[in-house]
Amino acid sequence: MLSIRQLVAGYGSITALKSIDLTVPEGSIVSLIGANGAGKTTTMKTIMGLIRPTSGEICFQDQNITGQPVHQVVSKGVSLVPEGRSILSQMSVLENLEMGAYLRRDREVQHDLQKVFQRFPILEERKQQLGGTLSGGQQQMLAIGRALMARPKLLLLDEPSMGLAPLVVAEIFKVIQEINQEGTTILLVEQNVRQALKIAHYAYVLETGRMVLHGPADAVANDPKILEAYLGGRRVG
Amino acid sequence: MLLQQVVNGLTLGSTYAIIALGYTLIFGVLNIVNMAHGEIFMIGAFVGLMLVTKLQTGIFTALAGAMLTGAVLGYLLERIALRPLRRREVSHLAPLISTIGVSIFLESLALKIFGPQAQSFPPVFSGQLFELGTLKISIIQIVILAVSFGLMIALRFWLAKTKMGKSIRATAENLETAGLLGVNTSQVIIVTVMLASGLGSVAGVLVGLAFNAVEPTMGITMGFKGLAVLILGGLGNITGAMVGGLLLGIAEVFSVAYGESSYREAVAFGLIIILLFIRPQGLFGSGSAQGGR
Repeated sequence: MLSIRQLVAGYGSITALKSIDLTVPEGSIVSLIGANGAGKTTTMKTIMGLIRPTSGEICFQDQNITGQPVHQVVSKGVSLVPEGRSILSQMSVLENLEMGAYLRRDREVQHDLQKVFQRFPILEERKQQLGGTLSGGQQQMLAIGRALMARPKLLLLDEPSMGLAPLVVAEIFKVIQEINQEGTTILLVEQNVRQALKIAHYAYVLETGRMVLHGPADAVANDPKILEAYLGGRRVG
Repeated sequence: MLLQQVVNGLTLGSTYAIIALGYTLIFGVLNIVNMAHGEIFMIGAFVGLMLVTKLQTGIFTALAGAMLTGAVLGYLLERIALRPLRRREVSHLAPLISTIGVSIFLESLALKIFGPQAQSFPPVFSGQLFELGTLKISIIQIVILAVSFGLMIALRFWLAKTKMGKSIRATAENLETAGLLGVNTSQVIIVTVMLASGLGSVAGVLVGLAFNAVEPTMGITMGFKGLAVLILGGLGNITGAMVGGLLLGIAEVFSVAYGESSYREAVAFGLIIILLFIRPQGLFGSGSAQGGR
């Protein structure tokens, strides 16, 4: 569904991605893991068109989307839940969700809104509150709900578990799996490597701008180097 | 007497509010101060005046004509002075300087075409007075009050309820997030600059009517007042611009009525300084540092 070939990108004179290749098959969950500064967020931003790549190619559903402005990438069916959630804090929860459906012209927006409220009942309770008044976990739910309002074919999630309590993290990961089972393809960037590998079908490991390893998630999870570097030397259950 | 001064203050203040709204809208989406806003305001005043004197149109046609001209100027401003600078990595001061360039250009252009003297609206528009008890109110005041409050209410409603309005609010809060939701942010920026400039031009006609004087240098003084209101109300805050403008107008009128007319600006700006000592973020500004980049 998404394929990236020899992508080089960076900020000014800093090259954050040094020729990476990555494929996300339709219907799967692909995890992209790596340490701080490995280039995970840069990868996500470049896919969305927020960063213009120096060279390389990004194809979505066999269409070249390299260097297209972000609103056009979104209109093709790719949505990103960015790191730090970026809720519109001066808009109400309901307005945030409606903004998620900004590009849609069909009549099922209301229906999808109800689905988001079913998935996250707390958002319905707080729908008139300003986005900025929600707690961290609720904001993450709102960010995911808002992205779903666009009915994306491919959903990119950048560190959805960051800064959240363990119970909330478990719930978020459960929701990600549900969304995938309902037919949305997912590319997940995570520092919570254990959880990310547990729900993923396929995994890529990024180190200082290069892909050092990729393969089926369970194989990556049992790779000795990964065990040592990211999972504290123990096997994943 | 007090009520009379309040009405006079609201009339003046509502024009300040409309000017300040132009600054606020642009500051919201672009995080820059548009230094050409005062000159677009002045051009608007001249367009209104020309429509009335040369083409003998009514006052509302003049207002509409000024608004359209302002919107066109806004489009050109964005295309020529702002967009090329957004494409590359330049200092955040660069757009400020380029808008100063546009303001000098527009002022010189007006001097060349209209000459340096103040011109006034034909006497038809100085209007008769209505008396409501002790309150005296002129037709011009009624027009100014109706147009500026009408515009403020319409703008509030438009920003709150319409899809375009919401996309402007989203872009103002976070350009990147708005883009991720599918908003075409370049388009939103153009619409915002056009809207702000259109409002500025309408304010030009209203101020020209209120003082019955239109001159090429009027943009500088009024531009600074609009800027003061932008800061008083809180950078980028729509409600702040409206309330701040009305307060400044009332403060000026009161200092004339109960003090010395030559101190009107000293009193008004002194008040702003004191208010900013107490609330540095402005009346409605948020505590967090905005526009720091």
